[in-house]
Amino acid sequence: MSVFGEARNPIIRWEWIIDEWDQIREALVQHLELTLLSVALGSVVAAILSAAALRFRMLATPVTGFTGFLYTIPSVALFGLLVPYFGLSRLTAVLPLAAYTLLILVTNTLAGFAAVPDAVRDAANGMGLTPTRRVLEVELPLALPYIIAGLRIAVVSTVGLVTVASIIGQGGLGSLILDGLQRTFWTPMTIGAVLSIVMALVLDGAIFALGRLVTPWSNRARST
Amino acid sequence: MRKQFEGSDTDAVSSLSLDIAAGSIVALIGPSGCGKTTTLRMINRLIEPTSGRLEINGRDVIQEPVTELRRGIGYVIQQGGLFPHRTVAQNIATVPRTLGWEKGRVIDRVAELAELVGLESEMLDRYPDELSGGQQQRIGVARALAADPPVLLMDEPFGAVDPIVRSRLQDELLSLQQQLHKTIVFVTHDLEEALKLGDRIALLNIGGVLEQYATPDELLRSPANDFVEEFVGDDRGMKRLALRMVSQLAYDRGPVVDIGIPITEAAKAADAHGTDWLGVLRGDAFAGWVRVDDLRNGDALADVPRVRPAAQVTPASTLLSAMELIMTSRTSVAVIDDDGRFGGVVNLDSIRKNLSSEDDS
Repeated sequence: MSVFGEARNPIIRWEWIIDEWDQIREALVQHLELTLLSVALGSVVAAILSAAALRFRMLATPVTGFTGFLYTIPSVALFGLLVPYFGLSRLTAVLPLAAYTLLILVTNTLAGFAAVPDAVRDAANGMGLTPTRRVLEVELPLALPYIIAGLRIAVVSTVGLVTVASIIGQGGLGSLILDGLQRTFWTPMTIGAVLSIVMALVLDGAIFALGRLVTPWSNRARST
Repeated sequence: MRKQFEGSDTDAVSSLSLDIAAGSIVALIGPSGCGKTTTLRMINRLIEPTSGRLEINGRDVIQEPVTELRRGIGYVIQQGGLFPHRTVAQNIATVPRTLGWEKGRVIDRVAELAELVGLESEMLDRYPDELSGGQQQRIGVARALAADPPVLLMDEPFGAVDPIVRSRLQDELLSLQQQLHKTIVFVTHDLEEALKLGDRIALLNIGGVLEQYATPDELLRSPANDFVEEFVGDDRGMKRLALRMVSQLAYDRGPVVDIGIPITEAAKAADAHGTDWLGVLRGDAFAGWVRVDDLRNGDALADVPRVRPAAQVTPASTLLSAMELIMTSRTSVAVIDDDGRFGGVVNLDSIRKNLSSEDDS
């Protein structure tokens, strides 16, 4: 008997986890893969868009406008829209998921570069750094905390969105949730939801730790 | 040189011509909008002049690749403009690294510079934000000097630190300059700073018009026009006093006698100078002041009560501090050097004479 639900349909039935362990593990791996692929693709595109917007100032508004527009498209509709072109493939799942990361990644990257103090940029120029070196050695590192903050939000929201991608048969924890909903059987739904939350938290923590590692200067307290 | 910014009808800096002697310090000063910072930034071409020539050691540098020009010119800005993500050592090493120096040479140079500007070696591994404003400013200077450039540009270098630290950093810069003999151009809005540091001062007016280019003393003594006169203020006489040192005075020995002489002789000496005070020397050393009224026949001069420490200054004191002592003490002011030797006395008359003379510093 469970304290959480009726005896016949408790919120979680532990023996199901053991019986269906392989299925759960497969869903977990698929979920992780879809998340990482989407964020990776999103990061590459965001980097290109940000670089273009930083290099050519007049592109900044159209670029952020475009990523904002993408973000407004309902996810279910976007998946459906791509099915005719790419079928029920992984690409159909990854493209929209990557598109949704663009707004936050581009916005934060631009904010990061905008936050580089003028005096620092001025000093870099004044000491004869070439523009390329200035961007790579001075501005990019200083923008990193913003970029990493964007990455954390992108990853957490993508983990959640991947569950929706199960409607086009790409598996993941969403398929467990869907399965549970269709059968009114709470265990897979609970498992899928809990694992999705845990994955989001773990990935978030991992990127946070990585961020601390690559920005050692921002961790030390001002001593004077 | 001339600079007109895009979209502006008037020149930010108009036909400015400055000859800056190698190894000297020039201060650019003037009201907001006078183009002093624009002028400075045209020297390392962070702002490209609209027209004009820029020569360093007779070489026209407008044609040179801009990054190379800048690596040969030290650049210090307010709060140092340090790279917060780089350690102090990495910050100082910026230009040498860019120039491709080998690692060992860079490390040696960083250690050398840290000592030169007074940074403890344990600070080298810290990040700039962990250090105080004064220390950051020292790092900024060390970084600018790293590749030993002949020219140093400073944009309000001490504007962001409190007055006590600022004064100390100014003194440090002057003593650095004694060793290094760089050609330094700096921008300031602080007249005191310009007077203290500059060998010459370029006073600019709105639109980059050069109103006067002169030594600090000349600027205060003979302002070129009403603008300059108003800019330097009503108390320019007092400011000149602050620029001059007691050692520049032609001071005489004054009413001073040796402690061994008879008291009657002492009274005569006071009479001859027309004062009611006498300085007493023991050998070369100043022993104090005595009042003529206290001199009584039969006493030894050594037994007469002496005022000590007397009002005294060193040869390196400013005339301003000497004058302050004259105003607040009833005696003359004795000049005593660091070894305690008596040099002479300073009075208002000798200061007045000095002020009316030409600049001889």
